[in-house]
Amino acid sequence: MQVRSILAVTLAVAFSTAAYAQEFNDPAEFKKQRELLSTKAEGPEGKPWEQHLGGAMVDTAKFKKDGPHTICFSNAGVFNPWRVVGLNNLKGEAALQKDRIKELVVLDAEGKDDKQISDIQSLLDGGKCDVLIVSPTTTAALTPAVEAACEKLPVIVFDRGVNTKCPVTYIHPVGGYGFGITSAEFIASKLPKGANVLAIRIVPGVDVLETRYSAAKSIFDEAGINVIGSEFTSSDRAKTKSVVEDYINRGVKIDAVWMDAGDTATAALEAFEDAGLPYPVISGEDQQDFLRKWQKENLVAIAPSYPTYQWRTPIIAALDILDGKPVPGPEWNLPQPAITQETLASYIDERMPALHYSLCGCQDLPGYPEQWGGK
Amino acid sequence: MTAIPDTARLARRISLRGLNFAFAIFVVLYAAIAILQPNYLEAGLFMNFLRRAAPLAILACGQLYVILSGGFDLSMGAVVTLVVLAASMLIGGDAAMTWPVIGALYAMGLAVGLANGVIVSFLKVPSIIATLGTMLLVNGLALAWSGGAPRGDLPDNFRNLGRLVLRDVPLVGTLPVAVIILAAVVLLTGWGLHRTAYGRRLLAVGDNPRAAELAGVPVKPTRISAFVISALAAVTAGILIGGFSGVSVNAGRGLELQAIAACVIGGAQLLGGRGSVVGALFGALSLFALFTLLNLLGLPQALRDSLQGVILIAAVGASVLRHRRST
Repeated sequence: MQVRSILAVTLAVAFSTAAYAQEFNDPAEFKKQRELLSTKAEGPEGKPWEQHLGGAMVDTAKFKKDGPHTICFSNAGVFNPWRVVGLNNLKGEAALQKDRIKELVVLDAEGKDDKQISDIQSLLDGGKCDVLIVSPTTTAALTPAVEAACEKLPVIVFDRGVNTKCPVTYIHPVGGYGFGITSAEFIASKLPKGANVLAIRIVPGVDVLETRYSAAKSIFDEAGINVIGSEFTSSDRAKTKSVVEDYINRGVKIDAVWMDAGDTATAALEAFEDAGLPYPVISGEDQQDFLRKWQKENLVAIAPSYPTYQWRTPIIAALDILDGKPVPGPEWNLPQPAITQETLASYIDERMPALHYSLCGCQDLPGYPEQWGGK
Repeated sequence: MTAIPDTARLARRISLRGLNFAFAIFVVLYAAIAILQPNYLEAGLFMNFLRRAAPLAILACGQLYVILSGGFDLSMGAVVTLVVLAASMLIGGDAAMTWPVIGALYAMGLAVGLANGVIVSFLKVPSIIATLGTMLLVNGLALAWSGGAPRGDLPDNFRNLGRLVLRDVPLVGTLPVAVIILAAVVLLTGWGLHRTAYGRRLLAVGDNPRAAELAGVPVKPTRISAFVISALAAVTAGILIGGFSGVSVNAGRGLELQAIAACVIGGAQLLGGRGSVVGALFGALSLFALFTLLNLLGLPQALRDSLQGVILIAAVGASVLRHRRST
């Protein structure tokens, strides 16, 4: 009896993961993002955070208001280096525009849905805000709170979306599929059919990460490249290195390492160093430590990005909306560049910390580099 | 007269049985690894396995002292994270700073251990709550200090402590520095626990603090020292983890529970009174062999986590059952 129930539970768990892997593999969205990657950006040259890829403009004349303004921001949290850099970018943009901003109010939801819902409520009740920026913890849970806010003031959503069209605009880079497409197409172009790739991932079940993997997997399957493993490491360097060592010890040749996020890329590479093996083809991300290693060891590599410069855009959008200027919407697609061999050198900055995201677009902001932890 | 050697012999037999059990689990798991992957029987790969397991084994040796004194130390993982982040920020890539900073890291460990011990002994806060508090405190401090993203860099002479493998060593071929450090820690903690009057006092305190106090054992200093030893072990493990894989804000996450599990698999009795360093060592190696085995099996993550839970409960349950029968 007990054995049977244990079996039943295990099977249920196994199938439930298989089932929810499905919804992160949307061919239509995959196709859309693939097209966006090759769309030419409109907007000021060299300032990707002000550019947009296609899409319509929305009229904002009804929100026009005299400044200076109070901008309110409900942040999902600053629980990883990506968000740390991002929040610095947002504050940097606000500092740059300080003549037009009376106050920037930031509430940190610490990664909790319920805290963010009450944060938004208290911002509305405070009555100080002229505009509300939301970076939601999760999509479904935050939708009603955002809908309630839309009735009182203009709302801008960025990074993760919500299930409502009421915000003036939803700002985001191309997306997870785009990340997976860029990285996997590079790896596939460097390897023959039948080569082996190891996928290193952070955690299962997170939409923005699952879509990266599902896109990469489709491209590897198409190109006839074997995914010999897909492992979760919780961003833990020691675990990443151990997992890669285990794969090396299996005796199967690893031709490439694909990563859904780059913060442990150098740990994965060290496993090859310690085993005395040549480096694999690798896709990382735009963190400094990976870029430096790439340059130093002459790796065959690519750094796709989910650029942190998207944190600058909401402030720009907020001020435009309060000026009554049209903004890209209801979806504002930002370009999502990758760092390649050709552009590598220009993104390396020895002053910056190891996990600084190089596509921050923050070099011209006040307080750079100290504010971002640089020397 | 005859009663004393009898209990002594019985005690030795029990600790031997505890050792045998953890050792047996380890042999079974490692054999399973070797069946899947025969090259794990090579000396080089075994040494590499030990290198990776060394931090957990060192944590288990330290945790054992606290468990034997009748408590838990949940702050170990946080200390590991603090050590890795602090080392990177204080050394900042300057090789000349490595040794002074390592001294400073041990001083931090000493402070955390003393704080734990004093809170538990003098404020009478149960250790599980007290060390949970220091865990949150230390984690928060580490996070605030680093600003959420690690800064600085670890130079090669620091990294080598956890990363370097000595080649062409007689008998074993390759010998990682981490394994030498592990051997030293096991010898030192084993000697302290099983060969000194201090070790017997620690067991007495964990077994029955009131009786120990009446018998003249300095209960409070003994308890405090156990937390200090645990924290120093955590610093050592942190240095090895930082060396093995570099700076990470997640370096120590969850390690405290793994260390406790290792001790229990190794035959230590929760809330004190019984356990051995060799048992804790093999408990840790068993646990690490389990992680490696599940990696090699290539099961989906969700299934792997559940399986790990089932096996852990089974191992600990079996270990506890054995002791209940033998006493």
